[in-house]
Amino acid sequence: MLPGARRDRRPTDTPAGRWCTATRPGGSTSTVASTCAAFLSIGPDGSFGMDASISYLIQILNGVQYGFLLFLVASGLTLVFGIMGVVNLAHGAFYMVGAYLAFWLSTVTGSFALAILIGVPISVLLGLVVERIGFTHLYHRDHLYQVLFTFGLILVIGELRAILWGNDVHGVAVPPLLSGSVALTETQSYPIYRLFISVACLAAAVVLAAVIKTTRLGMMIRASATNREMVQVLGLNVDRLFMVVFGLGIGLAAFAGMIAAPVSSVHPGMGDEILIVSFVVVVIGGVGSIMGAFWGAMLIGLADTFGAVLLPGAGGAVVYALMALVLAWRPNGLFAGR
Amino acid sequence: MPNRPLVLPILFALLCLGIALFPLVGDTFYVRLVAKIVVLAIFAMSLDLLVGYTGLVTLGHAAFSGTAGYVTAALVNKAGIVDLPALLVAALGAAGAAALVIGWISVRTSGIYLIMITLALGQMVFFFFHDVAFWGGADGVNLAAKPELTMGGVTLLDLADRMVFYYVALACLVLVYALLFMVSKAPFGQVLRGIRINEGRTRALGHDVQRYKLAAFVIAGLLAGLAGFLEVVRSGFISPAHVNWHESATVLIVVILGGMGTLVGPVIGAAALVLLEDWFANLTVHWKLFVGLFVIAVVLVLPSGLIGLAGRIGALRWSQRLRRPGAQSAVSKGAEVAREGAGDA
Repeated sequence: MLPGARRDRRPTDTPAGRWCTATRPGGSTSTVASTCAAFLSIGPDGSFGMDASISYLIQILNGVQYGFLLFLVASGLTLVFGIMGVVNLAHGAFYMVGAYLAFWLSTVTGSFALAILIGVPISVLLGLVVERIGFTHLYHRDHLYQVLFTFGLILVIGELRAILWGNDVHGVAVPPLLSGSVALTETQSYPIYRLFISVACLAAAVVLAAVIKTTRLGMMIRASATNREMVQVLGLNVDRLFMVVFGLGIGLAAFAGMIAAPVSSVHPGMGDEILIVSFVVVVIGGVGSIMGAFWGAMLIGLADTFGAVLLPGAGGAVVYALMALVLAWRPNGLFAGR
Repeated sequence: MPNRPLVLPILFALLCLGIALFPLVGDTFYVRLVAKIVVLAIFAMSLDLLVGYTGLVTLGHAAFSGTAGYVTAALVNKAGIVDLPALLVAALGAAGAAALVIGWISVRTSGIYLIMITLALGQMVFFFFHDVAFWGGADGVNLAAKPELTMGGVTLLDLADRMVFYYVALACLVLVYALLFMVSKAPFGQVLRGIRINEGRTRALGHDVQRYKLAAFVIAGLLAGLAGFLEVVRSGFISPAHVNWHESATVLIVVILGGMGTLVGPVIGAAALVLLEDWFANLTVHWKLFVGLFVIAVVLVLPSGLIGLAGRIGALRWSQRLRRPGAQSAVSKGAEVAREGAGDA
């Protein structure tokens, strides 16, 4: 397995994701024709109406779910850059660490919920150690050095992961409480766990938005994102704020990695994959903007899902083509506030 | 510190002399390692034009070398072409075209956006070679034959011969250095430096900054294509890993490790990194851990690279000899002096 190779989000890869066959009633061979037919409300087997629009609904749910996951990772990335001025390439590595922690802790403790409860604080702690030791030296440095430092960090984290957990691909079982699926029609259903991912991410997003909009901490975050120097001059403890923001970002990324673990296999290249797509999200949304990260994530989540279905083989390019289009129109992203 | 404009070119000439004479004394393994260093040095030098001279930090440089490598492999394997000039034109053409497209999109942005966009577009190229079956898939392909230069039925250069390849690569290194050196001295290069130092003023002087940046992008892409061509011929193998962004980040490290904006720095950086990786790889299977720690150490301790370090030590000695009160500032400015020394030659 190459680093960063596309080991995929395509849900068919994993046991938990076999639902996808439901969207392709003709069998495992997905064709452009069958999906186009779905858009015209004609089922691939010639059925009209309900069945076909349900397949369409399943794809939308799937795109939204992926979008939510992307948002959790991208929001941390954009916050850390917007407030601390640091490009953190190692952000995806913490997503991977989260997934591996979920795998390891759920094996050790036997409970997925417990794994998340223990895993998130561990990753946040890890993030804070890294922030104190390394990132504090980077705040006033050129992006070039931030890029190199965090690249070095990726190598170190990746290798420590190889030492601790090896290079094998692992699976995490869906917790029994969430393992069923909701029947949509006689032949099609949607797994509860995927709905749970969307709900959990939505909850996290709402909490994040509430913190940023209503609390004193949120006020500081918003102020720093607008004008860091001014906040510093006003006598705020920027050092502590940076720690909180960094820890928050890492926590969100690790949490995303953990709840994604049961649907996407746990593998070494997963950090790189999510990192690149999150970068696209941040670029589309506008660096430093949480709103931008949200809408960018939804756009990319849906575009990637539909791209994979409509253009099998070239689905990956859709995301980048979209980015190029947005940039041609708005070089600073859709929601660039700064 | 006195202005010593010829220090860096002389250093480069000495390095090349050393490389040229090395096969007389070194054993085969190390000769191969030096060939690897030479190819990586060309690759890093091409990036130095963007990072060191123009101030454009990109993370997608491997896309250009990888494109050239894949085009070469496809022409040799699928079309059976082994003619050196034809392959070179095709490989560089493909790399240049990729640089033109990616550059056109990227130069509209700057700073963090430029880093992110070149990274994303570079990964798009990676997925193109990784996903499209024609190129050989995730495992990569072997080169079926090595290119050769024939004229009138006589084989002049056969790159299958390791020694021939070694000296061809060295000649390329010298040519690329000469070209970039001239570019940096030409008015064109002065504008590029102006863009790095103050883009707004350069624009105010009436230069079309975007076009200069795009031109720098294409030149760097073409030279990266040359490096990609040499790499696939050297190793006889290409895989998507050659196009991955880790490769782009590694070459960026080579530039910084040696000292950016010096041209000779990338050669020193390439030598240091290749030898170090070889050493770590002999020590442990987890050599990447040490490479990662080394990269972090370079960023924290050696921001101006080995050349900068040498410049600082040089400045220190010189100031001690003269016992001037300004010694302290000379020390701190060592890196910049070394860099300007390269620039003002």
